[in-house]
Amino acid sequence: MKSVLSDRKTILLLLIPALLFYTAVRLVPVFWSFGLSFFEGDLRGFDFVGADNFVKLFNDKELGQALLMSGKYAFIVTIGQVVLGYLLALFYIFVLRKSSAFIRAIIFFPTVLPTVAIALLFKRFFEVAPQTGPVNAILNGFGLPSIDWLGQADSAFIVIVIMELWSSMGFFAILLYAGLIDIPEELIESARLDGATGFQLVKSIVLPLSLPVLLSALIFSFNATIKVFDSIYALTLGGPGTSTQPLTLYMYKTTFSFQDYGYGSTLALLLTVICLVVTLAIFGSARRDRTKA
Amino acid sequence: MLALAGCADGGGEAAGNGTFDYLAPNENAIIRDAMTFLSENECKAENEAMPLEIETLPQADVNQRLVLLASQNQLPTTFIAPTAELRPGGQLGEDDITVDLEATLTELGVYDNILPAAAAAVKNVYGGRMVSMPYQFNIEGFFYNKAMFEELGLEEPQTWDEFLDVADALEGSGVDALTLPGSQSWIILRYVGNSIFRELGPDALEKVASGDAKLTDPEYVDAIERIADLQGYFGEGTSTMDMQTSTSQLLTGKAGMMYNGTWMLADINNAELNPLGPDAFGFMPFPAVEGGKGDINQYPANTGAATAFSAPLYNEGVGDWLTCISENYGSSVMNEQGVISGFKLNQPVDEVPPLTGEIQDIMAEATDTVTWFEVPFQPRAAAAAGENAVPLITGSMTAQEWAQVVQDAVDAEL
Repeated sequence: MKSVLSDRKTILLLLIPALLFYTAVRLVPVFWSFGLSFFEGDLRGFDFVGADNFVKLFNDKELGQALLMSGKYAFIVTIGQVVLGYLLALFYIFVLRKSSAFIRAIIFFPTVLPTVAIALLFKRFFEVAPQTGPVNAILNGFGLPSIDWLGQADSAFIVIVIMELWSSMGFFAILLYAGLIDIPEELIESARLDGATGFQLVKSIVLPLSLPVLLSALIFSFNATIKVFDSIYALTLGGPGTSTQPLTLYMYKTTFSFQDYGYGSTLALLLTVICLVVTLAIFGSARRDRTKA
Repeated sequence: MLALAGCADGGGEAAGNGTFDYLAPNENAIIRDAMTFLSENECKAENEAMPLEIETLPQADVNQRLVLLASQNQLPTTFIAPTAELRPGGQLGEDDITVDLEATLTELGVYDNILPAAAAAVKNVYGGRMVSMPYQFNIEGFFYNKAMFEELGLEEPQTWDEFLDVADALEGSGVDALTLPGSQSWIILRYVGNSIFRELGPDALEKVASGDAKLTDPEYVDAIERIADLQGYFGEGTSTMDMQTSTSQLLTGKAGMMYNGTWMLADINNAELNPLGPDAFGFMPFPAVEGGKGDINQYPANTGAATAFSAPLYNEGVGDWLTCISENYGSSVMNEQGVISGFKLNQPVDEVPPLTGEIQDIMAEATDTVTWFEVPFQPRAAAAAGENAVPLITGSMTAQEWAQVVQDAVDAEL
């Protein structure tokens, strides 16, 4: 076996089918899309426009708004998901201990629900008319007037964030739970014997030891949230106005509604670069941290 | 990928193989049901010679699919088509691609089966070409609750000031003066468009589209402001309300007036949806503006989603179908589905409900119609107007800001 795997030709032969498949389904479309960024046109035909689409990026007001929305959303939701997920994971391990399976399943459940169903559910939760939804009913119960949650930019954003956190915190809790459970029990026990309790235990033992999985969760979360599309599409369609329109929705609209495939591809490229840069930045900082440790 | 998806589809594969292929929208069953009915009854002979084959697609995919089919020369015999592409300069706007129905129906001797106002509406929308069959004919205006008007001693308002007085009186009686489904931004744009047409004349938006005027000009902003100022008259939850809920607000007496098209007659004539009965509602035009260049009798009119015919696939069999449809569609769709079309009623029809009859009379007399806000604009400007329509009526955006955003999109495409 060893002699087979040390033969370069054999390795190449084994790798080539997978590499070809990967190239065909992943890399070719990426380069194709990159190529399209230099053209303008629709399915009728394309004209070469050089770097015009890239210049346009800098003068596009709607893009600025969409980038700001994507950034704000990714930042808030990533922190929210990871923090809530981490707190839940700690809760599973230190409070519920062995009996956490049922609660874990319940909290994980929204993750498997279709996004559109969740969006419809939240539309009802925050409904103002013709039926008053539960959230407004509670406000009314305290003598406060109903709020048209999805009708105003700020409140619509809040609803989107709440919906996303509700549906994804269970997933991050499981992810981080898997990391926490790997921390040797003896280590925690010995820290306890040394007098560490509660917050101190988490800060000095649990947090440093779970840093790798926390960083993975951050990368995972950021890359998913910066590409958010379906939940916002189903809940607000980017509205009211374009106030909750993320970069992906703007890209979709440009490409498929306006059939501007060239500029749409340029926007896709921008999104890819953002994801790459942030992922490398997080990886970079993680590596530095480890060498320090 | 897109090309593969297009090829995999049956949209064009049957083209020219002796069938009468109709590509219809998923969302609207009226036309395809009417065509199926005709193929089994009045147009049986035509159907035997050239069988009707219906395929559907979601309305949201029409733009992309039709452009793809056209680029591959795979358009079916007759098809739903995107408005912008059917206008001159659009990909389907030439005589060698889509049939000029005025010339063809005249040649076939059946053009007089089309109501003059319906023909005018089609030509208005598609830049002077009669390129779509008027399978539906709708005019738009305000439906109102007659009993409420009588109780409060209100008359149908003729001017905008009178309209505001009526709205105040209705609000004063404890109901919402107006109900508006904000999730359907096109209705808000109808308000804006009508206000501009009444103030500045029916060609006011064409001027903006061609660059001769700007939405940010003070007279345009004033007309837009008129609509922004209505925000206190719409009930709670307007910004996200759907059409069904809004319709129900009017039909159950929770609101006094609702702007809509005459397709709403189907709901008004439906006893399950309308507990107050079909006689309880009246229909009136969008009011005039004092000193404005528009006229109260210029009803916004449309003939439903465009249905065009392929010019390369036109032959004797298609001509026979066109003749049969022109002669029979109007009375058939009225009898079977109670729908008003742009065709004359050549066969006796069952008794029509009073409001439907009234509206038919208005349509028969009307000669001049106007279009709607989005018609002269390219997709970006239309999208910018629609996306920002709710903020305009909730006060999150001023008329000036709204005009600027839409004008920027118009300028980007000029």
